Amino acid sequence: MLKKILILLILSFTFNLQAAESNKGSMPKHKWSFNGITGTFDRAALQRGFKVYREVCAGCHSMKLLYYRDLIDIGFSEAQVKAIASEYDVLDGPNDEGEMFERSARPADRFVNPYLNDNEARANNNGAYPPDLSVITKARRYGEDYIYNLLMGYEEPPEGLEVGNGMYYNKWMDGNQIAMPAPILDGSVDYDDGTDTTAQQLSEDVVTFLKWAAEPELEVRKNLGIKVILFFLILGTVVYLAKNRLWRDVH
Amino acid sequence: MSGNSEPRKYKNPVLNWIEFRLPIISYFQKEYGEYPMPKNCNYFWSFGALATITLITMIVSGIFLAMNYTPHTEMAFDSVERIMRDVNYGWLLRYIHSNGASFFFIIVFIHIVRAMYYGSYKYPRELNWILGVFIFLLMMATSFLGYTLPWGQMSYWGATVITNLFSAIPIVGEGLKTWLLGDYTVGNATLNRFFALHYVLPFVIFGVVGLHVAAVHVHGSNNPAGIDIRSKNDTVNFFPYMLIKDTIAVCVFGVLISAVIFFGPNLMAEVDNYIPADPLVTPAHIVPNWYLAPFYAILRAVPDKLGGVLLMFGAIAILFVLPWLDTSKVRSCNFRPMYKWFMMLFFVNFFVLGYVGMLPAEGLYLLIARIGLVYYFGFFLIITPFIGWIEKPKALPLSISDVYLGGGKEAPVPVSEKEIH
Repeated sequence: MLKKILILLILSFTFNLQAAESNKGSMPKHKWSFNGITGTFDRAALQRGFKVYREVCAGCHSMKLLYYRDLIDIGFSEAQVKAIASEYDVLDGPNDEGEMFERSARPADRFVNPYLNDNEARANNNGAYPPDLSVITKARRYGEDYIYNLLMGYEEPPEGLEVGNGMYYNKWMDGNQIAMPAPILDGSVDYDDGTDTTAQQLSEDVVTFLKWAAEPELEVRKNLGIKVILFFLILGTVVYLAKNRLWRDVH
Repeated sequence: MSGNSEPRKYKNPVLNWIEFRLPIISYFQKEYGEYPMPKNCNYFWSFGALATITLITMIVSGIFLAMNYTPHTEMAFDSVERIMRDVNYGWLLRYIHSNGASFFFIIVFIHIVRAMYYGSYKYPRELNWILGVFIFLLMMATSFLGYTLPWGQMSYWGATVITNLFSAIPIVGEGLKTWLLGDYTVGNATLNRFFALHYVLPFVIFGVVGLHVAAVHVHGSNNPAGIDIRSKNDTVNFFPYMLIKDTIAVCVFGVLISAVIFFGPNLMAEVDNYIPADPLVTPAHIVPNWYLAPFYAILRAVPDKLGGVLLMFGAIAILFVLPWLDTSKVRSCNFRPMYKWFMMLFFVNFFVLGYVGMLPAEGLYLLIARIGLVYYFGFFLIITPFIGWIEKPKALPLSISDVYLGGGKEAPVPVSEKEIH
C-alpha cells in the first residue's frame, strides 16, 4: 500500500518534470573552449570578441564592472590598453577651479557607458533598456549558450504572429519578441587576423568575451579546483587506510 | 564540579599551570578525547562534526567578505562583484560562502534525518533536539538575511515577499512590518539592519551549537540500534576512533563541495540575482533559496495569507514537540517495521515539497504542494502518535557490542525481556 503510494507519487512527479521540460524546449548546447574541468579561454578569440563588443554591442550596452586595465588579462599589452582607453572620453573633476572637465580615459577607468544615464538609454532605444553586459552570462539561464542562441536566433516570425512595433522576432527570447534588432550579421566586423567573419564566428567570439567578462577568474578557479580536489582525495585515501588499521583491533 | 577528585597531572608544566587554575585541559580531554562513542555509529554520525566545521568556515569566510562589502543599496551589488574581481581570492571567499550556505543546509538536513530515523530526539535527549531545532530556525533566518545582501533581483524581491508575510498578522501586522524594515518598503534601512543581523546571528548559532554539543555529551550519543550504552565494551573513545572517521567524512565532503565551488559555483544560485535589484521590475517567478523551498511550498499551498503564514511557521514549530508526539519507546526505526516506511515517506514528501516550492504555484504543482502539506502535518499529528500505540516493534539487540559484532540480529531478545538484563 505504502509502496504503491510512493511509486505513484514519484511517477507523477517525473511525468510532470518531463512535461515541464518539453514545454520549454531545450537550449542547444555550443562547444566552448572554456567548458570542462580544464577549460581555458582562447586569447585570440577573446581579443576578437572584444573587438565585436567595441564595434557592435558597445553602441548601446554598457559594461560598468570592467576596467580598461582588465584587458591586460586577455593578452593586450599595457601600451595597447592605454591606446584603447584613450579613444574614450570621461567626465572628471572638479578641478582646482571647481570645474568639471573631459579627459581621455585611462587604463584605471571603468568601461565608458554609451549613455549618460538609464533614462537616456531608454529614450534612445524605444523605451527598452539595453542591459549591462558585465555579468550577463551569469544573469541568464543557460548562460553563454543562451546568449549565443539569442544572437543567432533572429528569424521571420511564424504565420499569424503579430510582432509589436519596434520589436523583432527571436526564437529564444522570452515571449519571442525582442527590442534589439539583429546585432550581428555576416561581416559586421572586420578581423585583423584573417579569421572568418561569419555571424557564427562573430557571435562565438563575442560570447567568449562576455563569459570572460563575467567570470575572469575561471581559469585560475578551475586550475586551483583540480589541486584542492586532489588534496582531499589523497588525504582521504591515507586517512581511510589509517582508519581501517585502527579499527581492525576493535571487537 | 566541587566533588571532582584532585586535578589531573600532565607532563607539560604549562598545561599543569593552566589546569590548576582553569581545568579546561581535562575538560577537553574528557569531552573530545575520552568521550565514549557507541562502536556501531555509522557515517551519519559524522554530520554533526561536518556541520560544526561548515559553521566555522562560514563565519571565517563571512568576516573577510564583510571587510570588503558595502551595505548600501547603490553600492552593494557592485561591491560584491568587486570582491569577485579585485580582491585577492575574493571569488574563492564568495563562492565558499554562497555554496557553503547550501551545503550547510544539506548537512543539517541529513543530520536531522539521522536524528529522526534513529530516534535521537527521544528520552533523554529531548532538550538536545529542541536546541537543534532552534539552531535550524536561526540558520534559516541567517541565510534569508544573507541572501538579501548581494542586492540582486532575488535578494530584493525575496526580502519583499518574506517581510510582507508579517503584514498578514491581524492589527499589528502592518506596523510590525514597517518596524522590521525600518521603512515602508525594502530599502537602504532594511539592507543595513539585515547586514548587521546577518553578521551577529552566526555567533548566536555558534553559542547554541555549544549548548547542543554539551547537551549531547551528558547522556552520550545515540546509535543506529537506538539502545543505551551498557558497558565500556559498547564504546570507543572519540579520539582517535571517531575523529578519524570524521576526518574521512570531511575529505569526502571536501571533494563534493570543491567540485561545486570550483567547477559549478553558480549551480545552486538563481540567475536573477546577478541582475541588480530593481524595485520597478518584478521577476517572473520569485523563488526562495532551495533550502527554504519546502516551507515556501507550504506557505503557498494555503489560499489564505494568514493561514499560510501560520502553517509555514507551524511546520517548524511542530518539530519542537516531536519528542512528545512520538509515543513509541523504541528509538531506532530499524526496529520499527511500520513507522520506518512512514518516516521514509516523510523524507520523500519533504523533498517533493521543496521541488514544488521552486515552481510556480499553479495546477498540478499546487495540488502536490497541498497533498505534501497534509502529509507533513498528518505525519506529526496523527501517524507518529498512532503508530507508536499500534506498532509491534522488532526485538531489540542485547547490547551495542553485539550489534557491532553482527550477533545482534541472530540472538534477539524480546523487548519485554530486555529490561531484565
